[in-house]
Amino acid sequence: MYCQECGKKPATLHFTKIVNGEKTEFHICESCAREKGEGIPGAPNSFSIHSLLSGLLDFEQLGNAGIGGGMKQQPAQRCEECGLTYAQFSKIGRFGCSNCYQAFADKLDPLLKRVHSGTVHTGKIPKRSGGQIKCKREIEQLRRDLQAKIENEEFENAAQLRDRIRELERKIADL
Amino acid sequence: MTNHRFTQHALSEWMKDEGPESEIVISSRIRIARNLRHQPFPMLSTNQQAKEVMEQLTEVSRSGKLTPIIGEFETIPLSELTELDKRVLVEKHLISPSLANESRSGAVILSENESVSIMINEEDHLRIQCLYPGFQIQEAWALASGIDDIFEEEADYAFDERRGYLTTCPTNVGTGIRASVMMHLPALVLTSQINRILSAVTQVGLAVRGLYGEGSEALGNLFQVSNQVTLGQSENEIIDNLYGVARQIIEHEKAARKRLMQDSRLRIEDRIRRSFGILSYASVMDSKEAAQRLSDVRLGADLGLLPVAGTQVLNELLVMTQPGFLQQTFQEKLSAEQRDVRRAELIRKKLSGESDHGGA
Repeated sequence: MYCQECGKKPATLHFTKIVNGEKTEFHICESCAREKGEGIPGAPNSFSIHSLLSGLLDFEQLGNAGIGGGMKQQPAQRCEECGLTYAQFSKIGRFGCSNCYQAFADKLDPLLKRVHSGTVHTGKIPKRSGGQIKCKREIEQLRRDLQAKIENEEFENAAQLRDRIRELERKIADL
Repeated sequence: MTNHRFTQHALSEWMKDEGPESEIVISSRIRIARNLRHQPFPMLSTNQQAKEVMEQLTEVSRSGKLTPIIGEFETIPLSELTELDKRVLVEKHLISPSLANESRSGAVILSENESVSIMINEEDHLRIQCLYPGFQIQEAWALASGIDDIFEEEADYAFDERRGYLTTCPTNVGTGIRASVMMHLPALVLTSQINRILSAVTQVGLAVRGLYGEGSEALGNLFQVSNQVTLGQSENEIIDNLYGVARQIIEHEKAARKRLMQDSRLRIEDRIRRSFGILSYASVMDSKEAAQRLSDVRLGADLGLLPVAGTQVLNELLVMTQPGFLQQTFQEKLSAEQRDVRRAELIRKKLSGESDHGGA
């Protein structure tokens, strides 16, 4: 098969582009691919997860503008650590530093909800700095267990759990 | 680093072991993303800051703490690699295209058997990747998590109680892990069940992509299934979920293979033998045809229909027939047409059991 662009060289790149359910097949040679450069998996300018994310974020902004009454401009939100603005973040879909998560905290929940199954981390915790967090998590779990025991009228077990919670609370205070 | 062992051999040492379910699962991979608390993410770091990050993280590799769990390893700054070296490492999945093309003060720590690759100053400061042959996703996680613990002893990670491990891209935040299994699913493709299965998979929070090509048109019938979600689920939940779904896909593929052998053995045998014949004698072979025909031969070997050396040769050819590796093997710059000729030559030799071209 020859390249559908130049018709001279054999087509070495074959891919299918699907836009709004419409399928287009491409069979092109490498030099034409390099010239065109767009939409090719693996090519430097190809459509990325980041552009997809920024689509979600733009949507967010449009939605807010609609509810807030037209064209009212909000003051530019900026991360003080790295200087990244929210507008820049929504364009590139990437954070500049760990502080960005704080700086844009009020806007993140809707985005994270869409991308993930929740907005709160429930996995691994760093060993060195995570002692307090581990205790807090254990307390939360114990409180849930405690509630269940009380509902089942297992008061003896409940008392044990209560003591364990107190113990952990003291431990946190000491940390 | 030209003529280095990492770029000389197509088949990584870890690929030589046969893992569980290796007839269907080629490899299992875990990648963990981590960042340092007091440094901007690589995208915004100054050259000086990027250098500091590299210094701090490679310090861990000098501490001797990694050796007990990953064995001998080498730390390679990207600046020491030629463009071709980088391309070969990308084709072997040892570094990412992003580390190869966009990093500043980038480096990679590679274990001798190439099953561990630790990237520094990629999209995140630290990316730990562990590759295992066959279906061993839990094993890969155990190793990756152990390496993570060692880095955490020395480095102050960007971690937030609510959001977990903080990453450059919000799609990685939380656990920062991407778990994936690469599967060869020719029978599901041949029996037209693949699309139904793949769309079901995406509904349970997993992503599927063809290793080459798109969706059902994945070349070589190789599919990578991975978790999409990194926040709101623990690592174990993510891995169990992926494990359970992959296990189901494996069973479906096995059933489909059995049915093919029962209902249309002659047709499937003919297809496999034709592919083997063409690969054994063709003079020109483009990458698309090579991928498809190698998939047929792999299926033939799995079903016991072909007396070929087995999956090792096929895994090796998968990497060897990539453009960068071809160039590396033949030590010359090759046009697309020349590559197709060289690819055919290499496959002929490998399948007839001739010794390595040897990179000379």
